Amino acid sequence: MVGEDLERLTRGVSLTRGLGRSYGDSSLPPERGGKIASSRLADRILGFDPETGVLRAEAGLSLLTLNSALLERGWFTPVTPGTQFVTLGGMVASDVHGKNHHEAGTFGRHVTRVRLRTGGGAIVDAGPGTERELFDATVGGMGLTGHILEVEVRLSAVASPWIWSESESAPDFETLAERLVDAGATWPYTVAWADLLHPSGRGLLVKGRWAQPDEAAGRTFGWPSAVSVPVDMPGWAINPLSMRMFNALYYRRHGRKTRAGVVHPQPFFYPLDVVHDWNRAYGSRGFTQYQCVIPKAAGVEAAAKFARFVREIGGLPCLVVVKDFGPEGSGLLSFPKPGLTFAIDLPVTGATPSLVARFNDVVAEAGGRIYLTKDAFSSREHFRAMEPRWTAFDEVRRLWDPDRTIRSAQSVRLLGDDE
Amino acid sequence: MNVVFCGATKGIGRAVARHMAQRGDRFALLGRDVDDLKRSGSDLEAMGGSVASTIRCDLMDLASIAPALDEAWAALEKVDAVVVTAGLFDLHETLESDSALRDRVLTVDFTNTVHLCELAGPRLLAGGGGTLAVVSSVAGDRPRKTIYLYGAAKAGLGHYLEGLDLKYRGNGLRVVNVKPGFIKTGMTANAKVPPFATTPEAIAPAVVRAIDRGTSVVYVPFVWRLVMLAVRSLPKFMMRKLNF
Ligand SMILES: Cc1cc2nc3c(=O)[nH]c(=O)nc-3n(C[C@H](O)[C@H](O)[C@H](O)COP(=O)(O)OP(=O)(O)OC[C@H]3O[C@@H](n4cnc5c(N)ncnc54)[C@H](O)[C@@H]3O)c2cc1C
Ligand SMILES: NC(=O)c1ccc[n+]([C@@H]2O[C@H](COP(=O)([O-])OP(=O)(O)OC[C@H]3O[C@@H](n4cnc5c(N)ncnc54)[C@H](OP(=O)(O)O)[C@@H]3O)[C@@H](O)[C@H]2O)c1
Repeated sequence: MVGEDLERLTRGVSLTRGLGRSYGDSSLPPERGGKIASSRLADRILGFDPETGVLRAEAGLSLLTLNSALLERGWFTPVTPGTQFVTLGGMVASDVHGKNHHEAGTFGRHVTRVRLRTGGGAIVDAGPGTERELFDATVGGMGLTGHILEVEVRLSAVASPWIWSESESAPDFETLAERLVDAGATWPYTVAWADLLHPSGRGLLVKGRWAQPDEAAGRTFGWPSAVSVPVDMPGWAINPLSMRMFNALYYRRHGRKTRAGVVHPQPFFYPLDVVHDWNRAYGSRGFTQYQCVIPKAAGVEAAAKFARFVREIGGLPCLVVVKDFGPEGSGLLSFPKPGLTFAIDLPVTGATPSLVARFNDVVAEAGGRIYLTKDAFSSREHFRAMEPRWTAFDEVRRLWDPDRTIRSAQSVRLLGDDE
Repeated sequence: MNVVFCGATKGIGRAVARHMAQRGDRFALLGRDVDDLKRSGSDLEAMGGSVASTIRCDLMDLASIAPALDEAWAALEKVDAVVVTAGLFDLHETLESDSALRDRVLTVDFTNTVHLCELAGPRLLAGGGGTLAVVSSVAGDRPRKTIYLYGAAKAGLGHYLEGLDLKYRGNGLRVVNVKPGFIKTGMTANAKVPPFATTPEAIAPAVVRAIDRGTSVVYVPFVWRLVMLAVRSLPKFMMRKLNF
């Protein structure tokens, strides 16, 4: 169901989704039905205070709309995922992280309030100072604590709308990981692309910060507005092949030398968005993603071991995205914790569930966890082993939605909602 | 530019108003629900526009139109354009079976939109001229089995708009007839998506360009001009056979 009035739309539905950019099954209905509300037409900004940067908006506001409205005037989301085709509601529900996690934490850290329709039907405001438990369960709670109607978040002021970016190659995985973590001390945005098909696990390190006005002098800024959100594209159709080819090209084009300069934020933050139509035309349905974090506590060796494991499996996409996570946020099921995170494209075949299980074995052993928004195949046992926090989450949920009227394919699979 | 806007709360209107707001336009917003208009007003202000007033104007209520225009003129002082994107649609079968709904569609899409134009035109002329932009539809270009009731209202509206433009353009009233193809909005959420369907954001720049230039008839996206050219040239026996 779709419409502008989310308050009305969410009465009696079993789940709310945004733009469907999660790769997993968290935004899909459980097998035994239930109506789903789509927030995508509920996308108005309800207030913006240029003194404080606090923005209040309907939950369906997309980053694309936000960026085209406010970046030119010096404001940017404090945390952005790698696509701007996401909604504020989806960003809260997944408690998304960006290349600046080591510095800024997750999106939820910057959210000052959400307005929810809980499973019981009541409309409740929750934030760090009100209904704290409900708020913490909602941040990263995959939409299970309530339908998010409005989000209030503090945006970041930027020095200019341009990015100063530097990148370099690293000869092997250990060096890459080390430089990634080191770069975090001085750079707000860092990301690594590891080539785990290559025996060495070589890779590229990309660093960035907002450019100073004098560095970007003489450039006229614009946000490509002709791209509009492609609707109704299922999560799996998104990236696959195209992403791998893109990654390979990206790597090859870069070469060995260090590059530095001013770049537009769109290719810096959203390299895949520019090819979305191309993806749509050729993308096959059969891809998903696996993303986990290997905790710092387990040592760099554990991360290197995971990288080796991925490499040995073979046949997987050649470039894997690696980021450095800082401290854990307050969300009860929020994904990031200190350590290295790996995002790997996976073809969906009959063997995918067992492959995911093998990954999960390694991750669980290292004390790591997986990103629910990208998960469609993990078993309940693995989930509970990696996520002892689930009981605390379950308690809050029980309080606000005793009958579990809100549920998803994922919550049935991982939390046993149909039992 | 100072704009009286009826229909900015949703769909095509929301996208067009946002596009205008981003360049700093100033609005008087007209619609049926003032609280909801205020929410749209906040959005447009965050986008860079300014909102002088939010005024109740229900196209089902003829008596509400003239006072709303008076209030809008008073709030903006000088009006450069009146934009009407408000409208109503339903599936053809529903319009055949539900006479009350049929009446609403004919009233909103034709009768009272014409009344609104008749009231807005002289006000624009009195202020030295301006632009009156109204959304009709490609559905008015040729009757088709699956959409001719709604299409008749839009055909009537288009007929009227072009006549108004013929008579008054010389005096400074530029009438813009906007004909969208299939646009994915809440209005069409239950309809089957045909080829060339696009989003309101994608057509907004072309609509605003047409308003700025005073283009008398504009198809958005452009490809629908060619599509309708083809549809208009189909022989009648084919129109009887085809179900589109
Ligand atoms: C190319 C690409 C790159 C990405 N990069 C990153 C990245 O760098 N970092 C990162 O963290 N993530 C990343 N993601 C994942 C993406 O940010 C998340 O999946 C995000 O939640 C998607 O937002 P959405 O609006 O599309 O939500 P959906 O996919 O529609 O929904 C995701 C979850 O949020 C819930 N939800 C959505 N809206 C509401 C609401 N209004 N109320 C209650 N629940 C709601 C849904 O029920 C579901 O559980 C990436 C995805 C893609 C496709
Ligand atoms: N979508 C398409 O494919 C398409 C194609 C061709 C033509 N059109 C035409 O384009 C226009 C906009 O369509 P859309 O798709 O943007 O529709 P929409 O999303 O449903 O928006 C309709 C707008 O009209 C307003 N409205 C409806 N009834 C009204 C009334 N009685 N009084 C005042 N305002 C009223 C609504 O205000 P509220 O917020 O109060 O509901 C809303 O702002 C319509 O004229 C439609 O016929 C659309």
